[in-house]
Amino acid sequence: MHTILQVQNLQTQFRTYDGLVYAVNGISYSLNEGETLGVVGESGCGKSVSVLSIMGLIPQPPGIIAGGQALYHGSDLLKKSQDELRHIRGKEIAMVFQDPMTSLNPVLTIGFQISESLQLHMAMNAEQAQQRAIELLEMVGIPQADRALHNYPHQFSGGMRQRAMIAMAISCMPQILIADEPTTALDVTIQAQITDLVKRLREEIGMAIIWITHDLGIIAGLAHRVIVMYAGFIVEHAGVDGVYDNPRHPYTVSLLGALPRVDMSREERLVSIPGMPPNLIGLPKGCPFAPRCTFVVEKCRQENPPLTPVEPNHEIACWVDVRTGGLR
Amino acid sequence: MATTSEALPGTVEDTLATREPLTPTQLTWRRFRRHKMAMFGLFLIVLLIVYAVGGSFVFSEEYANTTDRTLTGGLLHGPSLQHPFGTDPTGRDLLARTIYGGQISLLIGLAAVLVSLVVGVTIGALSGYYGGWVDSILMRFTEAMLNIPQLFLLIVAAKYLGDKVHNFEAFGREFSGSVIVIIVIIGFDSWMYLARIVRSQFLSLKEQEFVTAARCTGTSNLAIIAYHILPNSVAPVIVNATLGVANAILTEAYISFLGLGVRQPTATWGNMLENANRYLETAPWMWFFPGTLILITVLAINFVGDGLRDALDPRTMVE
Repeated sequence: MHTILQVQNLQTQFRTYDGLVYAVNGISYSLNEGETLGVVGESGCGKSVSVLSIMGLIPQPPGIIAGGQALYHGSDLLKKSQDELRHIRGKEIAMVFQDPMTSLNPVLTIGFQISESLQLHMAMNAEQAQQRAIELLEMVGIPQADRALHNYPHQFSGGMRQRAMIAMAISCMPQILIADEPTTALDVTIQAQITDLVKRLREEIGMAIIWITHDLGIIAGLAHRVIVMYAGFIVEHAGVDGVYDNPRHPYTVSLLGALPRVDMSREERLVSIPGMPPNLIGLPKGCPFAPRCTFVVEKCRQENPPLTPVEPNHEIACWVDVRTGGLR
Repeated sequence: MATTSEALPGTVEDTLATREPLTPTQLTWRRFRRHKMAMFGLFLIVLLIVYAVGGSFVFSEEYANTTDRTLTGGLLHGPSLQHPFGTDPTGRDLLARTIYGGQISLLIGLAAVLVSLVVGVTIGALSGYYGGWVDSILMRFTEAMLNIPQLFLLIVAAKYLGDKVHNFEAFGREFSGSVIVIIVIIGFDSWMYLARIVRSQFLSLKEQEFVTAARCTGTSNLAIIAYHILPNSVAPVIVNATLGVANAILTEAYISFLGLGVRQPTATWGNMLENANRYLETAPWMWFFPGTLILITVLAINFVGDGLRDALDPRTMVE
């Protein structure tokens, strides 16, 4: 399989009044053609920042891309000018955001917002773009697309807005779709509809997807590979089966353990990971998860473990073997 | 997908099908219509425009600018059947002069606001959107302009530029070049608050997710400014601009009253007041009619501005 995106040692930091915030700390991963990569982790662990960095959408200042590469078809996105990036964004790499309530412009019609990128990237005139926008809206399952075109976002429900956002994102048939928690703001039935929709579009367009979420359930049915992030580090990277059936990092184990289950009694249903994610202003010396980890040993506090393979296609950043509790 | 496309229509299709969606403009108009004073103000403004524009079909400009030779016993006459608003010391008909003066006063009000809109919105938008040193420079310039006392600047500018522009013809009548000068100097002296308002709007709007989404689709900065952010900040701009028209008319009246405004024989309500200056007690009709017209205009515009403020305020959202 052909690799279309290769991120290497990406580091993103933010300058704040309190000090330098280490948001993303040297993460590396690759994305193959047509593949879906899930990125999971709790709030503030650098999921969104890592993809926004790739897209050149981190405001600088206060953001700093401190290092790394993001090779898209072999050329480094991080070195491109905003002008060069404009021709890639929306056309080859598109993005769907978390909250469809705020990511559509309230004063512009749905039609205008969809046809804008068509006119920009596909050299269509207004009429062609309108036609194409209707097709796109039908593709994402919006009824009476020709009328919906003239609607404003406030006339759409949350699910329909997210469909419209997806229509905007796929309008130019991108090679990579970055979905930044696209179902977080939606209720469960709509979540299922949206994931189904994305799966179908993935088949039709053949695009690769980076799907960011903190909902492990969604990723299970959607992704081929999964990255688990914590405090700006990748702590586990494996095929989707590896992560769910055989989690090897204590954080992944805890995350999976924290999933509420209906078949448990009320008292034991909701398990949480004690403590809070670390403050990213100045990183701790050892493993960032050590203060919350149940498997912690002395070495964890001294040295941050690098990402190393434990099995074929399965890497973790941990000194401990969670199956035995001893050092691995 | 069968399940999804079936699940949606029940909830959504109803709202789409049962009534035509209202655009934001329609919603605003609905709310505006409910504002009684604003509707009254709008009615007055329409009346004033009919007065100033329609009146010119009844009286010619020549009539407004020439002495009535049939007058006997002095040229300064009070209101009569022949001259309903009376005449001035040179025997010109004041009714016709308020009509032609009204055209100029309203024109100055609108055009000056247009100038200040262009300058203010441009400076505010660039400043708020780009931030950083662009913002610093533009805002320091804005503050510098605010620090100059407006009236002095206007007087000095009017004095030195007043006769630099030649007379010109437009809409079938000749305009004194000083009209242009007054428009430009009022416009360039009243954009500062507008720029600050636009800047503050841009500062908050550019952080909105839909702006990131627009950047994400590869939209250029200028397109984001013009199509994505500006329409979102149009409400305070419209209100401010409306009230600005009233201010510009008043400012023109000040300058003309000081004899530095639009030059005779072109009439404006302002320079008609200046003429009346020496006859405040002996010929009250000379200041009463232009003064009342200014008063009505400014009041009406302010009513409309208030109505627009309420109608455009998202917090007063009512169906």
